[in-house]
Amino acid sequence: MSKNLKEKIAFWIFRILSLGVLLILFWILEFIFVRGWHMLSWDFLTKMPEDGMTKGGIYPAIIGTLYLVAGSMIVAFPLGVMAGIYIHEYTLDSFFKRFIKLMTNNLAGIPSIVFGLFGMALFVNTMKFGDSIIAGSLTLGLLALPVVIRVTEEALIAIDDSFRHGSYALGATKLQTVRKVILPMAMPNIITGLILSIGRVSGETAPILFTVAAYFLPKLPTSLFDQVMALPYHLYVISTSGTKVAESRDMAYGTALVLVLFVLILNLLANALRKYLGNKVKMN
Amino acid sequence: MISSGISSLAVLLIVIFLFREGFSLFSTSPLENKNIIVVNKTNPVSKLNAGQIKAIFDQEITNWKDLGGNNDSIILFTINDISNYFSDEEVGAEFEFLPDKLNALVDSNPTMLAVYQDKYLAKKFSGKIVNVAKNNIPDFIMGKQWFPTAEPAVQLGVAPLILGTLLVSFFAILFALPVGLATAIYMAEVADERLRKILKPVIELLAGIPSVVYGFFGLIVIVPMIHDVFNLPVGETALAGSIVLGIMALPTIITVSEDAIRNTPRSMKEASLALGANKWQTIYRVVIPYSMSGISAAAILGIGRALGETMAVLMVTGNAAVMPKSLLQPVRTIPATIAAELGEAPAGGVHYQALFALGCILFLITMAINIWVQAISTRRKMNK
Amino acid sequence: MNKIETKNLNLYYGTFHALKGITMSVKANTVTALIGPSGCGKSTYLRLFNRMNDLIPGVKIEGDVLLDEKDIYNNKGMRIDELRKKVGMVFQKPNPFPKSIFENVAYGLRVNGMNHASFVEERVETSLKQAALWDEVKDKLKKSAFALSGGQQQRLCIARALAIEPSVLLMDEPASALDPISTAKIEDLIYELKNKYTIIIVTHNMQQAGRVSDKTAFFYLGDLIEYNDTNIIFTNPTDPNTQSYVTGRFG
Ligand SMILES: Nc1ncnc2c1ncn2[C@@H]1O[C@H](COP(=O)(O)OP(=O)(O)OP(=O)(O)O)[C@@H](O)[C@H]1O
Ligand SMILES: [Mg+2]
Repeated sequence: MSKNLKEKIAFWIFRILSLGVLLILFWILEFIFVRGWHMLSWDFLTKMPEDGMTKGGIYPAIIGTLYLVAGSMIVAFPLGVMAGIYIHEYTLDSFFKRFIKLMTNNLAGIPSIVFGLFGMALFVNTMKFGDSIIAGSLTLGLLALPVVIRVTEEALIAIDDSFRHGSYALGATKLQTVRKVILPMAMPNIITGLILSIGRVSGETAPILFTVAAYFLPKLPTSLFDQVMALPYHLYVISTSGTKVAESRDMAYGTALVLVLFVLILNLLANALRKYLGNKVKMN
Repeated sequence: MISSGISSLAVLLIVIFLFREGFSLFSTSPLENKNIIVVNKTNPVSKLNAGQIKAIFDQEITNWKDLGGNNDSIILFTINDISNYFSDEEVGAEFEFLPDKLNALVDSNPTMLAVYQDKYLAKKFSGKIVNVAKNNIPDFIMGKQWFPTAEPAVQLGVAPLILGTLLVSFFAILFALPVGLATAIYMAEVADERLRKILKPVIELLAGIPSVVYGFFGLIVIVPMIHDVFNLPVGETALAGSIVLGIMALPTIITVSEDAIRNTPRSMKEASLALGANKWQTIYRVVIPYSMSGISAAAILGIGRALGETMAVLMVTGNAAVMPKSLLQPVRTIPATIAAELGEAPAGGVHYQALFALGCILFLITMAINIWVQAISTRRKMNK
Repeated sequence: MNKIETKNLNLYYGTFHALKGITMSVKANTVTALIGPSGCGKSTYLRLFNRMNDLIPGVKIEGDVLLDEKDIYNNKGMRIDELRKKVGMVFQKPNPFPKSIFENVAYGLRVNGMNHASFVEERVETSLKQAALWDEVKDKLKKSAFALSGGQQQRLCIARALAIEPSVLLMDEPASALDPISTAKIEDLIYELKNKYTIIIVTHNMQQAGRVSDKTAFFYLGDLIEYNDTNIIFTNPTDPNTQSYVTGRFG
C-alpha cells in the first residue's frame, strides 16, 4: 500500500470519527430539543409543580438554581479573583507558588460527589446550617473556586508586561498598578470565564444532593437557611425515582431542555464576549 | 493575602473532614445499635467477625464447629424471639426483668447465640460476651459483600464497588481515547480553519452539558438500546455507564491532547516533510511521539473524570452492588453508592462513616491521578 | 546547464508581496549564499525549491521554478515527496526528532519506503561520516538525539538530510545558533559537500558567506538587488545598497 493511500485512509478515519463526535452532540441536542420543545411555555417556567410533579411548572427549581448560582459566585468570585491576582502579580517564593498551583489543580480534580460529602460534614453537620441555601452555596462556591482562580490567572497572563512597567515608571505602587491598570484590563476576560463557571455550577447535582436540594417543595425559600429545589436535582428526581416516572417524562424533557438552554446561552454569551473583546484588543 | 492559599486551605479542610469521618469507621464495630453477642460461658467460641455473623443469620452457618466450637447446632436468639420464651408479665411492663431473663436464658442453653442491646446486660451477668472484630481496612477493601444496613452486623466490603468503578471507567476510556485522539489530531493537523471553527465550540458545549442531562439521555436512549440489542432483562448495565462516561470524557481528552499536539514545534514537522514524509507519516512518526506525554496526560485526566463522575453513572448502571462479571450486568460505582445511600444513612452511624471512607478512597485515587498528570506536564516543560 | 532556476517569480503571503519578480539561476555543484537584511525574503526564496511555502495558508506563487530544467510547481509528473527527496533542507535551529540518533538519520529512508535493514545501516553510517559526526556518535547510535550538543545536533540534521541522497541542499542559517567551533565544523562540511551537492545557504554572517560560497545573491525588500560571484559582491558591488550592507553600514 502506498504511503499516500495510507494517508488517505487515515485521514478518512479521523474525519469520520470527528464527525461522530459532532453527531453525538447533535444527537443529544436533538433528543432534548425535539422532545422538550413543546413543554416550553410561560406557565412551565413560572408555575409550581402539580400532581406529584407530573404537571405544572418548574418555577421553584429555577429560582432555587438561581439562588445557588448567585450564592456560590458570591463565595467563589472575590476569593478566586483575589487568589488569582496574588498568585500571578505578586512574586512568591517559587516553592510556595508551585505548591499553591498544585493544590489549585488538585482542588479542581476532586470529584463533585466528594465536595458533596465535605459540604455535608462541614456545613450541614458541624456548622449546623442544616440542608440550606447557605450550605449548598458554600459547597458549590468551593467547587467553582479553582475555575475562577485559573480564569483570573489566564486573564492576567494575557496582559503584556509593558503595561505594568509603564505604570511603575509613573511611580505607581504595586497595589495601585493592579487596581487601576491591570484589573480593569483583565476584567472582561475574567467575566467571560465567570460566565462559563456559572454554567458549570448550575448543572452540578452531586454537591447539592446532601447540602440543600429538596425533593419537592412547593414554596419559595424565605431565608438562607431554607432548602430549595434545583433544576439538575429536579431532573434527576423526576426521571428516576418515585412511582410516577412515566407520567412525569414530559416534565423531565422540559427540565432537561431548560438546563441545556441555560448552558447553551451562557456559552454563546461567553463566546460573543470573547469575540467582541478580541476585536477591541485588535483595534487598540 | 491568605487568599492565595485559599485552595490549599480548601483541600486541607476537605482532607480533614473526609478522613475524620471516614477513619472513625475503623474504630467502630460492625454491630449496629449497640448490640452485643452473648453466648454461654462454656462455649469455646469467643471471637466472631462480621462475615461470620451474617452467615449465621443467613443460616449458612448452623453449627458451632464451623466457628471453631463444639459440634452442636446453633440456637439463634434475637430480641424479637423473646415472646417464644417468656410471657409479657415475666419480662415486665417496663422490660425491668428482661436483663435477668436474658441472662438465665443463655445460661440454660449452652448452644445459644443471643443478640441484644448492651443496655439489657444483666447486673450479675454470667454468660460470655463474644468479641466482635472491629471494622478494619483489609476487610473493607477486599470484602466482597456490601450490605451496609444488614442486621445485626453490617457488611462493608467495597471490592465490588471499586471493581465496578474501574470496569466502567476502563471501558469508557477504551472508547473515548481513540475517538478523542482522532478528533484532536484531525482538529490540530488536518482540518482547515473553517471546520475547526465548527468543532471547537461543539466540544466546549459537550463539556458544558450537565452530567444529569447525560444521565437522562443515557437512561432514555442508551439504556433501552442496550436492552434491545443484547436482549437483556434490564438495559441498565456497566456498558451503558461506559458509553455515557465515554461521551463525557471526550471533551477533556480532545482539548488536552489537541493542546499537546499543537505544541509540537513547527520546525520539527517541517523537517519531516522536507525529508519527503507526507502529513500522516509526520503525524504518527514525529507529532505523536513528541506529544506523547501530553496525550497520556489527556488519557489520565479522562480516566480521572470518569472515575469521579456520579450522576450519569448513577442513572444508567443499575446500581447492583455485586462483583462485576460482565459488561452486560448492572454494576455500582463508588460515587453512585455515595450519592444513592448518603441520604438514608443517619449521620454518625456506621453506614455514614463507611460512605465517607468510600469518599476517602475516591479522593485518594483522584489526588494520585492529579499529581501524576502534573508530574508529567512539569517534566514536559523541563524538556523544552 | 542550470541546476536550479527561477524565472520572474512572484510570491504573495495573502496580499503581502514577499518576492518580486526574481529571476536567478544556480549551477550544479556550487555554493550560493543568499544575504540581505531580516525580512527581505531569503527564507521565503529558499523554501520555494522544496515547496515548503505550500504549507502556509494564503500563499500565492506566480512564475516558474525549475529543477534540472523541469518546472516543479506546474508539473503533474512531479510528486511533492519525490521533489523533497531530491532537495534536502537544513534549518536554522537544530531540530532532531524525538528518536534515537540512528532513527533520526534513517527517517528519510523509512518514510520513503526504504526499509531494508542492512541498506539502512549502511546509509546511516555513510551519511554520518559525510556529516563528520560518525566518530563522535558511533558508540551511542541508540541514544536519544536530544542528548547531543547543539553543534552535534545540527550535524545530525545535515546527516539526516544527506541520507536520502538529494542533489540539492538548502540551508537556512545553519550555523546561526551555534558556537564558533561548531560553526567552523559546519563550514568545513559545506566545503566538502560541494563536490556532490548543489548548495544554497542563507546567512547573516558576511565572513561566512565570503568563506563558503562561490556566488552570492543580495536580497532587499523582496527584490533581488544583485547576484554575482562572491568575491565581486564583497569587493566591487554595483549597487550602493549592496555595498553598504556587505560592509556593515546598513541602516
Ligand atoms: N507565513 C507568513 N505569513 C505572512 N507573511 C510572512 C510569512 N512568512 C514570512 N512573511 C513575511 O515575508 C517577508 C519575508 O520573510 P522571510 O522569512 O523570507 O525573511 P528572511 O529574509 O528569511 O528574514 P530573516 O533574516 O529574519 O530570516 C517578511 O516581511 C515576513 O514578514
Ligand atoms: Mg529567514
